[in-house]
Amino acid sequence: MAKLAKSPWLLHYDASSCNGCDIEVLDCTTPRFDIERFGIINTGDPFQADILLITGGVNAQCESVVKQIYSQMPDPKVVVAVGICACTGGVFKDCYNIKGGVDTVIPVDVYVPGCAARPQSIIDGVVKALEILQQKRDAFARSQKSDKS
Amino acid sequence: MAKRSIVPFGPQHPVLPEPVHLDLVLEDEVVVDAVPSIGFVHRGLEKLVETKDFKEYVYIVERVCGICSFGHGLGYCQCLEQIMNVQVPPRAAYLRTIWMEMSRVHSHLLWLGLLADAMGFESLFMESWRLREKILDMFDATTGGRIIFSVNCIGGVLKDMDNGMLMRLSEVTQEIEQDLRPIADTFLWESTVRSRLHGLGILKKEDAILAGAVGPMLRASGVAYDARKLGYAAYNDLEFEPITSEEGDSYARCEVRIKEIFQSLSLIRQAISKIPNGPIQEPVKGNPNGEHFMRIEQPRGEAIYYVKASGGRFIDRFRLRTPTTSNIPPMVQMLKGCQLADVPLLVLTIDPCISCTER
Repeated sequence: MAKLAKSPWLLHYDASSCNGCDIEVLDCTTPRFDIERFGIINTGDPFQADILLITGGVNAQCESVVKQIYSQMPDPKVVVAVGICACTGGVFKDCYNIKGGVDTVIPVDVYVPGCAARPQSIIDGVVKALEILQQKRDAFARSQKSDKS
Repeated sequence: MAKRSIVPFGPQHPVLPEPVHLDLVLEDEVVVDAVPSIGFVHRGLEKLVETKDFKEYVYIVERVCGICSFGHGLGYCQCLEQIMNVQVPPRAAYLRTIWMEMSRVHSHLLWLGLLADAMGFESLFMESWRLREKILDMFDATTGGRIIFSVNCIGGVLKDMDNGMLMRLSEVTQEIEQDLRPIADTFLWESTVRSRLHGLGILKKEDAILAGAVGPMLRASGVAYDARKLGYAAYNDLEFEPITSEEGDSYARCEVRIKEIFQSLSLIRQAISKIPNGPIQEPVKGNPNGEHFMRIEQPRGEAIYYVKASGGRFIDRFRLRTPTTSNIPPMVQMLKGCQLADVPLLVLTIDPCISCTER
């Protein structure tokens, strides 16, 4: 587990955002910003992911998808809400179909504001998520130890 | 008849950054039918015109989609300018043209990267996106935003470019053209890429017209139709011809888009050489009353905007038909008869933009 902490895998899901933050999330993995230098890889499989990057204010139809993806990810896991829509609903807050913010559906650990969120701030959010992931892992390891003794 | 099985594709899928769901009916490995279901990105933006002021709505319409953002703002503003009889200053029309063509370059480069990624050609994906950063830097320098710019307003544009900036932009287009050549050669002449794309998903000319394909999809099937030829913004003053290809397969669609990048770069340089001096904004007074319908050419194809207003602060109805909506029926046609392994690639060749489609 200790070694895994250095190369967390990302899962990205577009929960009804405008695409702007999604292409910026993808941009983070390309040469200019290169999130892989932190050992981070973008994966498509929820079962292998540690960090969930989620964009957009969740709508009625993708609510169940978001919940399902979150439940499929193994513990411990961290959720990063990317973009102002994922944080609060943003300009889509008044739309009839928008729940307003990812935290109305699943617990969120890091909020990255911006419309669209810049790659620099997304990377900053992911690095913050790494700390939280480490704390969660330590807590998880402690609880495992106390169970055994 | 072989046993049929149904394979769900999406909504969360490693190939596409956006959620779309397809039910693929298979006979062994061959797709016999595809049933698309959409709605994962539906927000209800058209309804927002009832609660947002018509000037404020420009910012909402730009957020219909993060890739086609500038074009949506342009279409909406042009509709209202027609209704309110506002004459846009020529410099503003040229600036709009420049930004629109920059959007096309950035969108097509993004698509090329995603196509390479879908084929598993990682280094080509990285190269395309590295090149795209140059155009994003110019967006950042000229508008202050990388993805969403909000420089359109009713009656013109909000920001101007000085001569130094225009010169720099012209240089950057030269640099991009130079760097794009090796990438374009790899896409068009590399044997592995050709073997993935050649003869895949053929859409004949008649089928493309009947199914209502638009944009590069339609042009790749041999129909020389480009909504830019209608002459909005400053396109009337620029010289260009719609780029077409005859084959109608995935390779042809790739070829058309690559040639369009070169065309857009030349259009940017033409616009820079012809741009007149003058104001960039015409003051707008009063509220809109009337209706207007207009078409513009987005990177993905023809988009239709309709605005109806009756003299109040809020407009009555705004309707937007996006290119991906009309490209879904031809996509379903293409999917029939293809191998399961080719489905991600074929879905990608229409350049789907789901957040535009569902709004």
